[in-house]
This record gives sequence, structure tokens and C-alpha cells, in this order.
Amino acid sequence: MSVDAETGPGNRGSRILGDLRGTRDVGIAVASTVVFLAVIVLAIVNSAGWPEVRQAFFDRGIFGDSFPEVLRAFLLNVRIFCIAEVVILVVALGIAILRGLPGPVLFPFRLLAVVYTDLFRGIPTILVIYILGFGAPALQLSGVPRSPFFWGVTALVLVYSAYVAEVYRAGIESVHPSQEAAARSLGLSRAKTLRFVIVPQAVRRVIPPLLNDFIGLQKDSALVALIGPIEAFRQSQIDVAATFNYTPYMATALLFVLLTIPLARLTDWLVARDRRRQSAGAR
Amino acid sequence: MSANGSLLRLDGVRKSFGSVEVLRGVDLDVGEHEVVCLIGASGSGKSTLLRCINLLEPIDAGRIFLRGDEIGDRVDVNAVRRRVGIVFQAFNLFPHMRVLRNVTLAPTRVLGKSRAEAEAQATALLGRFGLADKRDEYPDRLSGGQQQRVAIVRALAMQPELMLLDEVTSALDPELVAEVLSVIRELAEGGMTMVIATHEMSFARDTADRVCFLDDGRILEEGPPEEIFTRPRELRTQRFLERIIAAGRL
Repeated sequence: MSVDAETGPGNRGSRILGDLRGTRDVGIAVASTVVFLAVIVLAIVNSAGWPEVRQAFFDRGIFGDSFPEVLRAFLLNVRIFCIAEVVILVVALGIAILRGLPGPVLFPFRLLAVVYTDLFRGIPTILVIYILGFGAPALQLSGVPRSPFFWGVTALVLVYSAYVAEVYRAGIESVHPSQEAAARSLGLSRAKTLRFVIVPQAVRRVIPPLLNDFIGLQKDSALVALIGPIEAFRQSQIDVAATFNYTPYMATALLFVLLTIPLARLTDWLVARDRRRQSAGAR
Repeated sequence: MSANGSLLRLDGVRKSFGSVEVLRGVDLDVGEHEVVCLIGASGSGKSTLLRCINLLEPIDAGRIFLRGDEIGDRVDVNAVRRRVGIVFQAFNLFPHMRVLRNVTLAPTRVLGKSRAEAEAQATALLGRFGLADKRDEYPDRLSGGQQQRVAIVRALAMQPELMLLDEVTSALDPELVAEVLSVIRELAEGGMTMVIATHEMSFARDTADRVCFLDDGRILEEGPPEEIFTRPRELRTQRFLERIIAAGRL
């Protein structure tokens, strides 16, 4: 499909090149971007402090030395958020469903879900990591791991599940009640209605905001360093302290950005695919 | 209709939404293989009555019997709904599933049929109603008439004893109404017991065994279609039909 055909009026903003039509528009966009960037780069390069900043943040030799170490430490970040994301997807859905349970008998569960989301959205992430990282192992519970890695991931799961549960809830509430009526009228139980009809539609609708939360989570994986594990940010701090140069921070920043971009494009693709499947060629 | 042969019996059914009493004591008897059309102005309670029969709305007073068994709050609502199919005005197909899956979901997940068996049955039903080539489409790609026929097939796949149709042609473009009505006629000829809320008076006249005029939450008048449409007894029925004729719908 050409760029033009993809950009109907209903295709708002999910693509960077979304509203460009024809070669003339693309040419203008390229020229405008080049001029814009040139102005910014010239302003920075000609500033009084640029030579020192360049030396402190953009030292090619130090970048080359620290990048492999930071990259190795970054694998710990990847492990942290990969594990956390999978657990969050499940836990948050459970909380969202608890919150939507009907009837007076189930009130305690609804209350629990509300208290949970209020609590963990309210406390700063960094505090939750400190409290769990230093407090939970001190309880000396048998059978519960005491590693800072475990408690760091747990803290992130608790905080982000509260956010993601709200995202799920918004999605579930956006599915029209007539869908539930149709499913129930066929004899499906409430649980099966949720599982086969409501949740699949809700999840499709919340993929973009869900991804947004996950990008936040990826960045916050650096906070786990505060209770001990040496991930990319902590590794770059060590390198900075050894070289008296900030370039390792730039290497870390680059790694986080490189990870975010494919995730954002993946979401765009998922949303576009769903839209194509369900409504392209509709009446 | 005698109580013995009745498939569905309503006895003084009442339903309120807040302070508004929508059904004010409805009595109705529907025999096996009978087609009953509910007519009446918008807001007379037709849709609410159908939703109550399917237990989508709990009733406030009165009793509902299905083949002599009382259905209501205390029974397994899912078991009742397996026996009573309903088709809605707005189709309510599941947009994230292909047509085939829309039809097979309940037979596999409620009746426990194997996927192969459910798909074979669904394919046969879709073929019978001219939808064989739409089996692998998503609902949004179908016309309104096709979507409503799929919704009817979806309800039929549960092999219900009774079908409730809630103004199934009201959301359709005029040129699509006929294809849906012909499906319903075919069902009637096949002996399906149906309660149909409709604004299509000529359809009601041709297809119904009995027509009930709902007015202000009660069945004000009922009888064979030729009687209701040609010499209604009640003044309010006469007025309603006059308005319908004036609007060119009869």
C-alpha cells in the first residue's frame, strides 16, 4: 500500500509521515527538517561552553571504552523490565476485573482493588523500591527470596500494575454494554463473557496507552540500582567516577532510546493492523 | 391457547426503571410453533418485555414459565438463555471475531461441542441463509442486512426452543429490510416459535399467527392479524394503526 492510500481522514497521527501527500510535500518536509536541525546544531556548537561540554559528554575514546560495559549492565535492565512487564500484564488485568465485579457480596474485593491502586499510584516509585528493597528482606520470611533484584522487580510490578489496571479498566468500560448483553443472551457466563468478548476488545483498544506505561517502566528499571544491582545507569556512574568524564551517561541514554523506538513502531503497527483487519473496505 | 400446550407463559409481569413503570402487568401465552408479533408505539414496552423473557432484565413482579417451568431469579439464567435466543435491533455481533467464530462461540463454550462439530453446523446454517461466502469475514465488512442475518444464525446455532426478535429491521437501510424479513418468514415456515417486536406491519399481517398491541406497559388487545388490522376493538389500537397508515407503513 502506498503512503497516500494509508492516510485517509480516519488515520490520525499514528504515523510520523501521516499527512504528507506526494513528492512535493515530502521534499518540503525534508528541506524544512534540515534547516531546523542546522539552526539548533549551529546554536549549540557556537555556544561559549561547547568545547568543554563536547569533551565532557562526547568523548569518542571513552564512549568506545565504556559502551561494552554499559551494554552488559543494560542486559540487567532488560531482564528487570521483561520479567516485570509479563507479571504486570497479568496482575493488572486481575485488579481491573476485581474492580468491576458486581453485587454487594463482592464489595470487599472492589474495595481492595481501589485501595491498592490509590496506594501504589500515590507513593513515589523510588520510595516503594527503598521500602521493599530494605524492608522486605529484613522480615526474614522463609521461602521468600532476599535478593535486591527480586524486590526491585516486585516494587516495579506493584507500582506499574496500579497504573496498568486503570488502563485496562478504561478499556473494559469502553466496550459497549450491548456486547455483554449479546454474549450473556447466548448463555455465556459472566466469566466467559469477560474472557471471550469483553477483555479481547478492551485490550486491543488500550495497546497504545499500555505501551506508554511500559516505556515508563523501562526507564524506571534504572531505579532498581538504588538498592544494589548494577544495571546500566549504575555501571555508567562507576565509569564516570573512574574517568571524570560524563560520556558513559550518553552511552546509557542511547541504549534506552534505542530500545524505546522499536517498541513505539511495534505499537503503531499493531494498531494499524487491527484497524485494517476490522474496518478496511467497510461499507 | 391452552396453558398445557404453551411454550411460554407470562403472568402479571411488571418492570420498572427507577420511578418509570415500563411493564404494568403483562399476561401472554405463546404456544409451540406460534409466531406472535408485538406491535405498539415506541416506549410501549416491547423491547423491555423481550429482555425480561431472556432474563437480561430482572422482573419486579409476576411470573414467567418456559414449558411449565418457572424461570426467574433463582434458576440458572444461563440454562434458560440456552433455550431462548434473542436477536437485537443493533445486531451486536462481536467485532473482533470472524463471522464463523461469532456463530461457534456459544456452541463450543456453552454447549461444549467440539470445534469441528460447531463449525460444520455453523457453516451449514450460514449456507442456508446465503452467507456461506462471508464465513471468514469480520462483521464490519458486511452490510447491515448481512450482519443481522449472521446475528440470527448465531442465535439459531444454540438450537433454541424460542426466538425473540427485537425490532431486528429498525436499524437497517430500507433496501436491506426484505432480506432479513424473508429469513424470519423461512423460520416461521420451519415451525420456529417466535415472539417478534416489530414496526413492519405488513410483515406482521402476513407472518404472525397472533398480534398483540402493547400500550402503556400492557397488552391492550390481541388477536389474529386480520382482526387486529381490519377491525380493532380498542380506540387506542385504532388510533395507533391510523398513524401507521398515515406514515405509509401499512
